[in-house]
Amino acid sequence: MRDGSLEHLKREGRIVVVGASLAGLRAAETMREKGFAGSLTMIGDEPYEPYDRPPLSKQVLLGNAVADHTALPRRRAIDADWRLGVPATGLDMAARRVRLGNGDEVEYDRLLIATGVRARPWPNAEEGALQGVFVLRTRDDGEGLQRALAAGPRRVLVIGAGFTGSEIASACRERGLDVTVAERGEAPLVGALGGVIGEVAAGMHRENGVDLRTGVMVTSLESDPSGRVRAAHLSDGSTVEAEVVVVSLGAQRNTEWLAGSGLGAGPRGIACDAGCRAFDVRGIVTDDIYVAGDVARSPHALFGYQFLSLEHWGNAVAQADTAAHNMLSESTDRRPHLWVPAFWSSQFGVNIKSVGVPPMGTEIMITQGSLAERRFAAVYGYQGRMIAAVTFDNCRWLPFYEQQIESTAPFPPPFSTVDRRSDGIKPLPADFPDPSVPTHGPTITLSGYSPADRKMTFTPGR
Amino acid sequence: MTQAILREIIAYANRANPYPLYEELRKTPVSQDGDGPYVVSTYYEIHSLLHDPRISSDAKNLKATGDDPLGSQSDEEGTTLPPSFLKLDPPDHDRLRRMTNRPFGPPHAPHRVHDMRDELGGLVTGLIDGIVETGQLDRIDLVDQFAYPFPVTVICRLLGVPREDEPRFHVWAETLAASLDPDPDADPTQHGKGSMDARMELGMYLAGLIEERRKKPGDDMLSQLATADGPDGAMTTMEALSTSALLLIAGHETTVNLITNGMLTLLRHPDVLQRLRDDPDLAVPIVEELLRYEPPVQLLPQRTTLSDVEVAGVTIPKGASVWLMLASGNRDPKRFEDPDRFDPDRKDIQHLGLGSGIHSCFGAPLARQEAQLALSELARRLENPRLLEDPPQYRQNAVLRGPRHLPIACDGIRP
Repeated sequence: MRDGSLEHLKREGRIVVVGASLAGLRAAETMREKGFAGSLTMIGDEPYEPYDRPPLSKQVLLGNAVADHTALPRRRAIDADWRLGVPATGLDMAARRVRLGNGDEVEYDRLLIATGVRARPWPNAEEGALQGVFVLRTRDDGEGLQRALAAGPRRVLVIGAGFTGSEIASACRERGLDVTVAERGEAPLVGALGGVIGEVAAGMHRENGVDLRTGVMVTSLESDPSGRVRAAHLSDGSTVEAEVVVVSLGAQRNTEWLAGSGLGAGPRGIACDAGCRAFDVRGIVTDDIYVAGDVARSPHALFGYQFLSLEHWGNAVAQADTAAHNMLSESTDRRPHLWVPAFWSSQFGVNIKSVGVPPMGTEIMITQGSLAERRFAAVYGYQGRMIAAVTFDNCRWLPFYEQQIESTAPFPPPFSTVDRRSDGIKPLPADFPDPSVPTHGPTITLSGYSPADRKMTFTPGR
Repeated sequence: MTQAILREIIAYANRANPYPLYEELRKTPVSQDGDGPYVVSTYYEIHSLLHDPRISSDAKNLKATGDDPLGSQSDEEGTTLPPSFLKLDPPDHDRLRRMTNRPFGPPHAPHRVHDMRDELGGLVTGLIDGIVETGQLDRIDLVDQFAYPFPVTVICRLLGVPREDEPRFHVWAETLAASLDPDPDADPTQHGKGSMDARMELGMYLAGLIEERRKKPGDDMLSQLATADGPDGAMTTMEALSTSALLLIAGHETTVNLITNGMLTLLRHPDVLQRLRDDPDLAVPIVEELLRYEPPVQLLPQRTTLSDVEVAGVTIPKGASVWLMLASGNRDPKRFEDPDRFDPDRKDIQHLGLGSGIHSCFGAPLARQEAQLALSELARRLENPRLLEDPPQYRQNAVLRGPRHLPIACDGIRP
C-alpha cells in the first residue's frame, strides 16, 4: 500500500466496528488517536453505549453501583455513527458490506469484528425462560438479577462455579442470602485453576456459608403453576428449592451472524493472525477484516503458536489497540498482539489474579505464602518451564512471575523467595479435570493450530 | 569506578544536582565495585526488582558487610524497637501493613484521606495567612514557614500526637531520618548510637501516648492501632510502637521535600506555575511529574538478595546488598522521553517516586493530596514569587533529599 491508498483510507475511508463494547470502543478511540478522519460506524446489538462488565457480577449485585452507571470512561471523542440496538446479521466479504437486523447495509473499507461472547443459556429453553431464571452477561441481566436479589429470595441456586458463578455466590452471601452452588467439577474454579487451587476456593465457599455441591449436575428446573422457578433437580437425586436460579455455565462466541460468509469463524471464535487480521475459511488471511476481544482466537508465540481465545478484560483492551493500529498501518509497521493472558476476580473478600495459561500446567508449586491462609502465590509448570501463576491476595508479586513466564523460566523455580512456607517445598500435581468433560468453561482456551477451525461443526445457535 | 560515582552521589557537595551523576551511573545498569553494594540505576531493572520475591527488605538476610567501604547503616533497630514493616518481609510485613491500613484506606476506611481535605485546606490557608502576618514578603523561608509545619501538623492530627510536642519528637525524627543516610564521613559508632537513643526515646514517648489511647480511645490512628481487633488480631505493644514511629517519621520527613522540591521546580518553570495559577486541577499531573522529576525518596539502600539474581546480565549473588536508585530510574531515557525535561503533560508517567510492589509508599494518597493542595494554593496566592537563592541550601540527607531552606520573595499575597 505504498501507492497512497493508506493515506486515502485515513483521510476519507470507511471503517465499521461490529460490537460496541470494550474492545470496539477502545479500538475506535485508538483509530481516531492515530489520525483516522474518515467515517466510523459503531454497530452494537445492545441499546446502550459501551459499558463495563466486571462490576455487573460484583458491585452491581451488591447494590453498591447501579447497572446504568457502568458506562465505560471515554479516552477521547470518537465522532462515530452509532447504530445501537441493532445486531449485525450478515457479512458480504466480496462486496464489503455488513447486513443489519433491520435490513440496513453498511459498507466498509476496513472492518473490525469485536462481537464478543454471550452467556451460555440453560440447555432446556423452556426451563431457561421461567421467571426467576437468570444468566449474567449484560447490563440488563445485571439489573434484573440485582432486583431479584434485593427482593430477598429464600434461596438462590447458582449453576456452575467458575469465576462468574463464584462471584455471584459471594455477592449473595454478602447480602445475607442463602445460596446453593452446583458444580459439575470437583471444586469451584477447577477448570481455570486446577484442583489444588479449587480446594482453596471450595473452602472459601463453605466458610462463607455457601451450600456447595460439587460433582453434580442440575438435570432439570421445576416451576410453580405461575411459571416461576421453584426448584432444581440434581443428578445425585436431590432437590434444591430456590426462588432465583442463575445459570453460569460459561460463554458462547457471537459468530453465528458470520455463517456462510466465508470467514474463518466458528464456535471457538474467529481465527486471526498475530496482527489481528481475520482468516477466511481456506486459511488465507484477509487484508481488510480485523478481529479483537473475546471473539478472537489468535496464535501465541509463548504457547507453541496454538490459537488462544481469551475472555479477559485486559486482553480486549490490548488486542483492540493492536488491531486499530494495524488497520491504519503499512504492513511493515504492524505490531503483533503478544499479550500474556491475565485476569482477576474478586470473591469472598479475596483478590484473585493470574497470568499465563494455568490449564496448560501439569504441576503447581506454592512459592509464597500458604494455601491455608488463602494468601499465596503459586506457579504452574509444563514440561519443565513456568507456564502460569496465580495469586490470592498477593497480586503485587505478579509482574515478576509474568516476566518469568515470558522468558520461559524453568519449573520448578530453582530460587528461594520471601515468605516460602512448608507448602512450597515441592511441586504438586496441578490436578486439572479432563478437558473433554465440560464444566463451567475456562476463560482461556487453547484450540489447536488450524485457522479454519474445521474440526468443529458449525451449527447456528438461534 | 561506580563506587566513586556512588560516593559522589552521597557527597553533600552534589546534593543540589545529582542527576548528571545518575546519568553516568546508568551507563552500567547494575554495577558493583569492591565490596560495595550492587547499584541498580535503570528503570526497567529497578521496576522488576521491586516486584521480585527473591529480594528481601529484612536486614537479617544481609551477609556481614564488615569491610563495606560505604559503612552501610548498622541495624540500629534490633536493640530497641522491633523493625517496622518497612524493614520486614511477608508474612509479617503484610500482616502489619494490612492492620495499619485498616483505619487508613480502602477497603475498610476508603474515605479517610478524602475526608481530610477540608482540614488540610484550612491548614494551608492558615500557614499562608501566617506569612502575611509576619509582614516580611521580601524573605520567606518556604520550608520553615510552610512546607515543614504543614505535613507535620497533618501527621500529628492523623495519628493523634499532640502538635505541641513537636519540638521534642522533631529532634528524634531528624536523627532517625539522618540514620537512613549512608554518610561515608560520619563516625559509624556515633551515628548508630545517636539513632539508637533517638529511637528509644521516640518509642518511650509513643508508648506513653498509646497507653493513654488504650484507656481512652479517640478517632485517631494511634487509638485505632492500639485497640485494633480485626481478623489479624491486635498488634503487640512493640509492633504498635514501631509502626507508629514509622508513620510519624515518614509523614515528617518526606512530604516536606515533595512540597519544597515542587515549589522550587515551579519557580524554575514559571510557565507551568502560571498554568497552575489558571487551573488548580493541573496540580494532579504536576505532582505526578514531580514525583518522577524530583522524587523525595531518591534511593532505597536496604534490599538483599535471597538467591543469586540475574539482572541485566549481571548475577547479584545471594546475600548481597542491593541499592535501587529510584531517582535515576525516573530519568532513564529508555523509559521516559526527554527525561530531564519537567513536563506535566506527559501521558505515560509510571514513575518510581513512590516505589512499587509491596513496599510502595503507604502514605501515597495523603502525600499526593497534601502536595496538590499546597502547590495549587501557593500558586494562587503568592503574587510574583521568586527564588532568592538558586540552588538553595540542601539537607544533608542523600536518600530523603530536599532543600533545608527555600528563601523566596513575593510582591503580595492574595486573600
